[in-house]
Amino acid sequence: MISRRDFLKFSLLAGTGIGLSGLTGKLIWAGGTASREGLRAPTISTASKKWVFLVDTYKCVGCGLCVRACKLENETPYDAPVTRTWVERYVVKKDGSVVADSPMGGRDGYLKNDPQGIIVPPDEIAKAFFVPKLCNQCTNPPCVQVCPVGATYRSPDGVVLVDRKWCIGCGYCIMACPYGVRFFHPVYKVAEKCNFCYHRIWNGMRPACVDACPFGARLIGDINDPSDPVANVIRTERVAVLKEEFGTKPNVYYLNFDSVVR
Amino acid sequence: MKSHVLRPLYVVLAIVAGIFLARPFIVPADFGVHESGYMYGWYRKGNEEDWKNFKIKFKTREYCKDCHPETYSSVMKSPHSIIHCENCHGLAADHPEDPAKLSVPRQREHCLRCHSALPYPSTGRASIRGIDPDEHNTGVECVSCHSPHSPVSNPPSPPFSKGGMGGFEGGGR
Repeated sequence: MISRRDFLKFSLLAGTGIGLSGLTGKLIWAGGTASREGLRAPTISTASKKWVFLVDTYKCVGCGLCVRACKLENETPYDAPVTRTWVERYVVKKDGSVVADSPMGGRDGYLKNDPQGIIVPPDEIAKAFFVPKLCNQCTNPPCVQVCPVGATYRSPDGVVLVDRKWCIGCGYCIMACPYGVRFFHPVYKVAEKCNFCYHRIWNGMRPACVDACPFGARLIGDINDPSDPVANVIRTERVAVLKEEFGTKPNVYYLNFDSVVR
Repeated sequence: MKSHVLRPLYVVLAIVAGIFLARPFIVPADFGVHESGYMYGWYRKGNEEDWKNFKIKFKTREYCKDCHPETYSSVMKSPHSIIHCENCHGLAADHPEDPAKLSVPRQREHCLRCHSALPYPSTGRASIRGIDPDEHNTGVECVSCHSPHSPVSNPPSPPFSKGGMGGFEGGGR
């Protein structure tokens, strides 16, 4: 039988031991990683570049060459039903109903007027258009907040990246993204997403989808550059973002947007 | 103090101490809190370089023009000048080493991506010359009549003007 005095003594000792080991851990932590300065509240990045994307939905003709180029450039399995970027078709009928689809992400273009397999007679169409979608590289990315291991992050230039070596494939980020841009990579078995072709934009080129688009419907710019023509369109024209009410602060802007787009 | 109650506690304490001692060796030195702050910037810094070193395969027409000058100049005089070679022929990557040959698509579906007429007046599709694929010479490859490198001998102005809004003028910047 343990006496009350002994029990209290041991409890105190154990408590001190746990506290001490925690302190040691903190010290090792601070020594082993970057400075504690980083623990302060997030601030606006002072990086020289901040990438932004501009989509003009009027110019998009639904050819799907952007999706094709993206899948080939970024080694997304071509026939798997996953893609970093895709093109949606919206057909708004005169009675107000909306038919939308995106077969295989629009990879092979839209050859027929058959949204969801339904032929819509031309005289019933009020408006119809294509909307390219990609990762919004949110300033407040919900996908990053939920990552339990620090495998996804917002880099100083505003692009949200996934560390393939660090990702454990739990899929929380895929569930957290309000835009559905994340998916599970069938080959690497990690979370996968558009990263504005990080390897291209930092080597003097434009993202593969931007180069592939013959019509200039997709453009990339640097919002920190006062003379950047794309950033100037975003600054001076009427642009919209997707699901603004989520507070994610997207960095992909849309010209000629429509409220039926989801 | 000898007690069967306390012995497991020492084991737990030893494991916790072991984890903290092993951490600096297992976790890379550049893993930690970076510029974006604790909430969004807790990651391995070296991964940014990993992504920057990813291989570029879509080389744009600038890569093609020196070895294929005739085709290049022919296309650049036509409305198809807005389309990069690799949109039809596949990504150049390390061509001519790897792949040694690029594909030559002859399927109607490839042309119909743009030239199948759709009754969608509120898009740029409406201003592209299009055909009804079920009516127009069904079963015949487009390229047997139309040259994709020079689709019309006397081209009308392209549907979308070059330049404007930083469009295609600076292709392959």
